[in-house]
Amino acid sequence: MIRPQDLLCPKPEGLYCAPGGFYIDPVRPVDRAVITHGHADHARAGHGAVLATAETLDIMAERYGRDFTGSAQAGAYGETVTRGPVEVTLVPAGHVLGSAQAVVRWKGLTMVVSGDYKRRRDPTCPPFEPVPCDVFISEATFGLPVFRHPDDGEEVARLLRSVAQFPERSHIVGAYALGKAQRIIRLLREAGWDAPIYVHGALERLNALYTRRGVDLGPLEPATTAGRKADFAGAIVIAPPSAMQDRWSRRFPDPVSAFASGWMQIRARARQRGVELPLVISDHADWDELTATVAELRPGELWITHGREEALARWAELHGVPARALALVGYEDEGDD
Amino acid sequence: MRAFAELLDRLSLTASRNAKLTLVRDYLRSAPDPDRGWALAALTGDLTFDAAKPAFIRKAVEARMDPQLFRWSYDYVGDLAEAVSLVWPARPGANREPDLSQVIEGLRSASRAEAQGRIEAWLDALRQPRERWALLKLVTGGLRVGLSARLAKQAAADIGPVPVSEVEELWHCLHAPYEDLFAWLEGRSEKPTSENPARFRPVMLAQAIDEAVDFAKLDPADYAAEWKWDGIRIQAAHEGGVRRLYTRTGDDISRTFPDLLDALPPDVVIDGELLVIRDGRVAPFADLQQRLNRKVVDAKLMATHPAAIRAYDLLQEGAEDTRTLPFAERRKRLEAFVARHSGPRIDLSPMQPFETWEALAKLRADPPPGDPQAAEGLMLKRWDSAYEAGRPKGPWFKWKRDPHLIDAVLMYAQRGHGKRSSYYSDYTFGVWASDPAGQRFLTPVGKAYFGFTDEELRQIDKFVRDNTIERFGPVRSVRAEAHAGLVFEVAFEGLQRSTRHKSGLAMRFPRINRIRWDKPPGEADELEALERILARIETA
Repeated sequence: MIRPQDLLCPKPEGLYCAPGGFYIDPVRPVDRAVITHGHADHARAGHGAVLATAETLDIMAERYGRDFTGSAQAGAYGETVTRGPVEVTLVPAGHVLGSAQAVVRWKGLTMVVSGDYKRRRDPTCPPFEPVPCDVFISEATFGLPVFRHPDDGEEVARLLRSVAQFPERSHIVGAYALGKAQRIIRLLREAGWDAPIYVHGALERLNALYTRRGVDLGPLEPATTAGRKADFAGAIVIAPPSAMQDRWSRRFPDPVSAFASGWMQIRARARQRGVELPLVISDHADWDELTATVAELRPGELWITHGREEALARWAELHGVPARALALVGYEDEGDD
Repeated sequence: MRAFAELLDRLSLTASRNAKLTLVRDYLRSAPDPDRGWALAALTGDLTFDAAKPAFIRKAVEARMDPQLFRWSYDYVGDLAEAVSLVWPARPGANREPDLSQVIEGLRSASRAEAQGRIEAWLDALRQPRERWALLKLVTGGLRVGLSARLAKQAAADIGPVPVSEVEELWHCLHAPYEDLFAWLEGRSEKPTSENPARFRPVMLAQAIDEAVDFAKLDPADYAAEWKWDGIRIQAAHEGGVRRLYTRTGDDISRTFPDLLDALPPDVVIDGELLVIRDGRVAPFADLQQRLNRKVVDAKLMATHPAAIRAYDLLQEGAEDTRTLPFAERRKRLEAFVARHSGPRIDLSPMQPFETWEALAKLRADPPPGDPQAAEGLMLKRWDSAYEAGRPKGPWFKWKRDPHLIDAVLMYAQRGHGKRSSYYSDYTFGVWASDPAGQRFLTPVGKAYFGFTDEELRQIDKFVRDNTIERFGPVRSVRAEAHAGLVFEVAFEGLQRSTRHKSGLAMRFPRINRIRWDKPPGEADELEALERILARIETA
């Protein structure tokens, strides 16, 4: 009888698959890596070989340059690739463009590494696909019952109401450069906002990549100082979270600082950052999605990679699913820069 | 409930006064009656409930979910109402979401036990955490979203628009949900009548005098002078058997000062200063502070801290509204009135006769022994001035005493809010103290976030960023050594002992008076300098 830890086990570098000889989302350079998605804490440069979706490889090349890895192999969603005796399949995770779960099979044992994931619709990437498995290895960034992300359409409607209410001010929306920024822009377009959206320079390359990959972001303008302050009255500006408290933001007239993040559910977090309009929009599963996914998959075991492991583990145990916290280090909280 | 919840949510995170006004005004314009009236009453503090205690809320949520998961959640969030609003499990098939007015009416008509059942049912029915949070704020008493009652009234007045003083004067004869008020503000009906006894009269305030400009234009013969006492400006009314005590913004504080109201003679409305007076002498402001903001009035405290009114003006005498009379005439009547009723609870703020501005300046700089030593400065009132609501330019001036000054060293800087969120604009400063070995170190003595220009703010912000030692969230510690650092000349109005501060002292109204780019921090003041100022104040 083979044990799950014979197939995948936590090492300081990340989750290691001994029979296949590869790591999943290693936090240090390794010979062979499977990368679930392009966020910097999961996708690092300097590996010998990388297997990931074509979109994720594209994102890594954009961030680190063409030579970010010795060799790259693109795996299409649903396509099975072998690594020695182990089969690896990348399946949509619904987190950001190109994000995948890694389904790992060996000797009749199926383990699914969720990577970061969410269950709700995202106009910039295909939805999460549940895969029946013996062990589900889940993230738990928002693994506490306080995290219940509202409908993202309602959050964007709140932003647009505020723009209408304060036409003389600009609204700066802090958003992660990969995924969140483009999703906010798409949601604004879906809500009927067809005016140009101003973007911080740090977002331009990833926006262009999304557009090349077929995500229509509509008219975007650089948020440069060329114009007068008043030109930004009534404007929506998207910027990386760190830019909002930076001197960069002084070019805007009396800006309303908004921040799109799951952490904005907690008032004290918004207050600490001086956020006036918190938008609870996250690319991670909230508590209800995490627990519903476990209930739906009913895996033989639940392993939890990072986040608030203890609460999700307790919930799983209370619902008859044996759970284990791996406490992997090196994965950052969303937007917690 | 959704619009009200969104309003509270935004108010709680909005710093700018104008933005708050916009949020409240827009809500009052768009929300239907009677929801908006109830909301206004909740915002002004005229409607509060304490239908739910924390223990009940906790029990209710723990009956619905694993108590351990709740404990972790509560630990993480740190605020009970917020934690409960977030974790409250959805209940499929719950009732329709209640309107704000259904909640208010439901609470008003319920016994305590019934109210608890209703609160649970509403929490089940409300879909968004934000709405559950608003409900919990409402039922646990006090919204605490950083909005003064006056600002809420200003937002209502802006609907008209009408001057806020008109709304304030009406306020105490209006009843929530104020449908008559909104009908009038929207031009749909006549102004509601304000002829009810002991109502609040909007207060007349003074401009700060600009010594360099104003005195040259003013004739001393036109003005009366009196001390500006260091208490709380109040209005005391006793009409038709009704007694009321109001703050200058119209907050009714009658319940806190029953001793004073009992002593108030009938058929009069007086403007004055609320003070603690013992044996005819004004006690320090800190003594008055002990009596303010108390829900339960303590008989012992009333005996040890007797409240009194030092009268400035007379607004109503019997049936006559005296506010349109000239100050000289009002003053004569006030003097006669106080003479008839003088006692330990009410006395007269004496006039300070003077011939020239120079003579008055001397009096201000060097007040005679006794109470005037503790006065904040002088008030100048035109003899012919009517009592007008608001802060008209010209008839009344305040001429504050020169503040105390010390040189202190910038120690910590915190990012501001709203417009200032990209600037380090809140400064903690300290002075030098010595440890038993004689080693000098800086000890924080206060915090200030105004007194500088926008340009100076930019310069200080740059200094903070260039001289940061450590960061703690929004706060940075700044280089502060004998030969490197930034010195502020800090102005403040008063000083008192405090256990809340490490230095044991607390300043009143500290602000940055000047930035001493030229001064080495080693030459800033020592704690002893503050101790000396305090000793002077305490012996005065």
